[in-house]
Amino acid sequence: MFTFPLLLFVLLSSVYTGRYLGRPAAWAVLAGILGYGAANTGFAGLALLLVARREMGFLKRVRSTPIPRVTYLSAVLTSILLVFLLQAVAVFALGKLLKSTPLPHNAFSLLLAILLGAGAFAAMGLGITSLIRSAEGSSAAVNFILLPMAFLSGGFGPTGHYPRVLRAIGDVLPLKYFVQLVYAIYLHGHQIWSRPGSVAVVAAWGVAGGLLAIRRFRWEPVEG
Amino acid sequence: MSAAAISVRDLRKSYGANEAVRGISFEIAEGEVFGLLGPNGAGKTTTVEILEGYRARDGGDVTVLGHDPARSEPDFRERIGVVLQQSQLFQNVTVREIHEMFAGYYERPRDVDQVIQLVGLAEKRDARVKTLSGGQKRRLDLGVALVGDPDLVFLDEPTTGFDPAARRAAWEMIRSLRSLGKTILLTTHYLDEAEQLADRVAVLREGRIVREGTPTELTSGTEETEIRYRRDGHEVVVRTTEPTRILNELTGAALAEGHELEGLSVRHPTLEDIYLLLTAEEAQN
Ligand SMILES: Nc1ncnc2c1ncn2[C@@H]1O[C@H](COP(=O)(O)OP(=O)(O)O)[C@@H](O)[C@H]1O
Ligand SMILES: [Mg+2]
Repeated sequence: MFTFPLLLFVLLSSVYTGRYLGRPAAWAVLAGILGYGAANTGFAGLALLLVARREMGFLKRVRSTPIPRVTYLSAVLTSILLVFLLQAVAVFALGKLLKSTPLPHNAFSLLLAILLGAGAFAAMGLGITSLIRSAEGSSAAVNFILLPMAFLSGGFGPTGHYPRVLRAIGDVLPLKYFVQLVYAIYLHGHQIWSRPGSVAVVAAWGVAGGLLAIRRFRWEPVEG
Repeated sequence: MSAAAISVRDLRKSYGANEAVRGISFEIAEGEVFGLLGPNGAGKTTTVEILEGYRARDGGDVTVLGHDPARSEPDFRERIGVVLQQSQLFQNVTVREIHEMFAGYYERPRDVDQVIQLVGLAEKRDARVKTLSGGQKRRLDLGVALVGDPDLVFLDEPTTGFDPAARRAAWEMIRSLRSLGKTILLTTHYLDEAEQLADRVAVLREGRIVREGTPTELTSGTEETEIRYRRDGHEVVVRTTEPTRILNELTGAALAEGHELEGLSVRHPTLEDIYLLLTAEEAQN
């Protein structure tokens, strides 16, 4: 889970050479992998972890202790965000080492964007758990969402040559806007607040996931 | 004044059309070990999980340690320890680590090493959970339930699936809990377990309490003696409160006719017989 985006970065940055959007292609690959990583760790990683803990009866067990539910979930969320931050640092280090990609110029904006994206995807991960019934099927279900989303959103490379239908689907997915946000900040030196549209779409998806979680999150195994 | 740790009046719970608990009442005193005994599907887990605060009840009054468990307040959860019928802990951490993790969820946890000692896992302190045997895992469940130093401990089928040696070990441990003064609500479908561990037992069948008392009271309640013999290849069973007279008549008639009462036996029912009788389907007579 942790190393997969790093492997993808190595792979894709050797496939895509030349320039993209006026910058070396590796920069864009790095930005795409950051986007994919946020969804991979925040959304898929969190959802799988919580479904597994729910179905083994662990969450139910925790619920009988005095720790408030919000505190417990916040702790899990925080640990997931930390994992993703470490991953982001590793991607930048790897990029610098292999492809001489620069460290981000607007580091603060980028950090905010990463926190926003990972947080929003984590909220969606929290929400999706209520739609997954078993630990066995959870990995397939989550990847069924994650991988197509990453392709359609430009996480694995430019989508300009995709059929219109596929691009239209990508246009409503949060990852596309998150990747665009990272492009804007990392490739073009913008600040996060100069892209309110992208921020709004990502945040809206996060809120939707959070609302689903508030209404439907369960602590007990589906069976028994 | 020894208040009741648990008081239940006319508790009801249905799942759709299935009435799992049909108006049961009981009280458990502080420091008492109370056994809820009954076959699968009798409503034991439903009852216990209502008292633990997991499930909502449809009707009745329930007080647990002075709280309504349905509100599930943190104060309440500080004082209960829960061993679920089914649950798993993390497999890749050590016995000590999982205890420490749960200790962190309580305001005044018990000393972790002391708890591990108490549940007999001292030698396994640094072993990973996945390397423990079934019986040891169940002790781990108990240790984790005790780490918050609860006043009241719920044990839902603590020994189901154990081999006899593991069961005996678990019984020893539960006895040591009572000597710490904990109130214990235990469910089981093993009669001997209830008999061995509980001060008082309620026999649950199809959502109703069909008998309640100390293990001895449960047997002494019936004065019926059972007489069995075979006639023409058929087993005949007579239950009677006048065994002397009935036996006299039976043997007299047999002697007069000059035949033997094959397989004749006379016995007072054991707790097991009564349990079987109580939990058997209505269909019998
Ligand atoms: N969560 C549930 N949803 C629907 N029916 C349930 C649920 N839990 C228990 N039941 C039903 O309620 C009855 C009592 O079950 P349970 O309380 O688990 O009994 P026991 O623990 O004594 O085996 C059974 O008929 C069971 O199928
Ligand atoms: Mg049960």
